[in-house]
Amino acid sequence: MTDLAPDTILSVRDLRTWFKTKRVTAKAVDGVTFDLKRGQTLAVVGESGSGKSVTSLSIMGLLARPGAIESGEALFRDSKGAAHDLARMGPRGFRKLRGKEIAMIFQEPMTSLNPLYTVGDQIGEMIALHNDVSRDEARKSALDMLRHVEIPDAANRLDDYPHQMSGGMRQRVMIAMALSCNPSLLIADEPTTALDVTIQAQILDLLRRLQEQFGMSILFITHNLGVVAEIAHEVVVMYAGRVVEHAPVVPLFAKQKHPYTEGLLACTPNAERDLDPAGERKALYSIPGTVPPITNLPPGCAFEPRCRYSISACTKVPPQLEPAGPERLSRCLRSAEI
Amino acid sequence: MLRAALNRLIGMLTVMAIVVTIVFIIVRVTPGDPAAVMLGPDANAADIQALRQRLGLDGSIIQQFISYIGGILRGDLGQSIFLGQPVTTALWMRAEPTFFLTIFSLSIATIIALPIGVASAYWRGSVFDQVMTAVAMFAASVPSFWLGLIFIQTFAVGLGWFPTSGYGGPYSSLGDRLYHLILPATTLGIVSSALIMRFTRASMLDVLNDDYVRTARSKGMSEWRVVVRHALKNALIPILTVVGLTAALLISGAIVTETVFALPGVGNLIVSAVLRRDYPVIQGALLIVAGLYVLVNFLIDMLYLLVDPRVRY
Ligand SMILES: Nc1ncnc2c1ncn2[C@@H]1O[C@H](COP(=O)(O)OP(=O)(O)OP(=O)(O)O)[C@@H](O)[C@H]1O
Ligand SMILES: [Mg+2]
Repeated sequence: MTDLAPDTILSVRDLRTWFKTKRVTAKAVDGVTFDLKRGQTLAVVGESGSGKSVTSLSIMGLLARPGAIESGEALFRDSKGAAHDLARMGPRGFRKLRGKEIAMIFQEPMTSLNPLYTVGDQIGEMIALHNDVSRDEARKSALDMLRHVEIPDAANRLDDYPHQMSGGMRQRVMIAMALSCNPSLLIADEPTTALDVTIQAQILDLLRRLQEQFGMSILFITHNLGVVAEIAHEVVVMYAGRVVEHAPVVPLFAKQKHPYTEGLLACTPNAERDLDPAGERKALYSIPGTVPPITNLPPGCAFEPRCRYSISACTKVPPQLEPAGPERLSRCLRSAEI
Repeated sequence: MLRAALNRLIGMLTVMAIVVTIVFIIVRVTPGDPAAVMLGPDANAADIQALRQRLGLDGSIIQQFISYIGGILRGDLGQSIFLGQPVTTALWMRAEPTFFLTIFSLSIATIIALPIGVASAYWRGSVFDQVMTAVAMFAASVPSFWLGLIFIQTFAVGLGWFPTSGYGGPYSSLGDRLYHLILPATTLGIVSSALIMRFTRASMLDVLNDDYVRTARSKGMSEWRVVVRHALKNALIPILTVVGLTAALLISGAIVTETVFALPGVGNLIVSAVLRRDYPVIQGALLIVAGLYVLVNFLIDMLYLLVDPRVRY
């Protein structure tokens, strides 16, 4: 725990989060490791069900039963320099960190706000929890935050209930709330998925600005590689609960060292590439097959059944996450060849 | 908000009008001539005719209905045949024990049920939860008269802490009268707490898994605050309905309890009126009990409006 590098704010090490029931064990996160440097953005990408949300909920200590951390560490350095292992933290410890040190934006904007309180109340509550302020001051700060996330006519929306707002507006309220106490780590689970592209760009811009201003670190979860290119410094690609590729953003987009990453990138719509000058559309690539159920993974590489580089060795033993170039890791037997 | 409240008010008045009509019809379609039934087989025609007149049973059905509605609007429910006083006076004199009994037992039921239900849901599957589930099953299946008799035997006869029955003498103070209600209210409260408890548990279980509860936890507040301010308030919305239902059940259940504890309440009045075929009293009591039902539902609707912004359109 003492070996947390000073420039690292979050170090997740061999994290395993399993959902155990009497009949099956779903290994939703199975040995995930990554470091997030202070002031940087680490993007976690992967298809639906790959374990991105479970990873973030494990870090926040918000897993719902039967989910529980089986083993591993999630070391976090707070703004005062003290290190904590979030994987072993109790509710009391979390109470001091959540909101103030680590804030989270959830994936579900429609249901993540309490329907019985106004958005002003809900943002104000967060501010009042961590700052010694009066009701009026909390309300004023809440209004400032709503303006920050560019909610039109913010003064009048402050007393709106969530059901009076669209999904995009609610997501912005969630973002405003998460940022309201200047957290040193922001965990953003698909924060822009519910937003239209112009708003998405504004929000990404806002996050980047706040990052520069306050040195906030961001764990950014998304399945949109376009967004990754906009905001991330480093990228972790997950597949079936494991990290399959880990690389800085520029080299990753230049050259993928795992067939899954390659497939993901090929799946991303790209106007320039997909529409030739004559206006002919090329068929959009999609990875064949579907993600195998995590309760029933193949004995070898989990991606093997869908992989076009597959050889017989791939079906036998699961590959390890191994160096595949400077500062890069890949979980593929043939990463040197591709 | 005001418009929604007004809508509910109009709804309540409509239901009341229907209730009033139904009570009118029920009394009219009872087989036989009420006057003849009341006076017995030996009565002569002149007496029966005189009684029909007193009961407002002569004249056409339309005329009867008009004078009946007119009476209700003036607050006149007719004259009791056996008590020698207006029905409204008879009801009013017996309203107090029933009113306090209902309020007290509902409060006791809620005070017992809410915290236990919430704790059961929060620690679902724990020993506490399992024990409370068994206790609730027991409480729900115990007849209130049996529990009442046990309580009388133990706390009134045995320990002598409480009076065994009645509502004090005619000149006893309010405090003394309320003291007489402790045992019956506790009995009714315990019996009716089971339903509210189970419902609270189920409602809380639903809500505790909701996304906004997770959001609340992510803000760094105490578990107490998460549970009470964010979860319980949402869970209360369906619980309110059950509390309202329980209130309605308590009003009608007063008949049994008042008999066991010999309380001079509306329930007791109804029982004796039925035994003596005192039609005006039966009709009046029916109206009042039905009216209370409707009123309780209306109050629950108003609470909904207060708690849930989504229904305040
Ligand atoms: N409560 C639960 N019980 C059992 N399995 C669960 C539970 N919650 C999540 N899982 C499993 O964990 C795996 C990872 O889920 P997770 O929500 O982390 O995916 P994700 O990467 O966030 O996907 P998405 O892009 O759809 O948000 C899934 O296979 C899911 O079935
Ligand atoms: Mg997710």
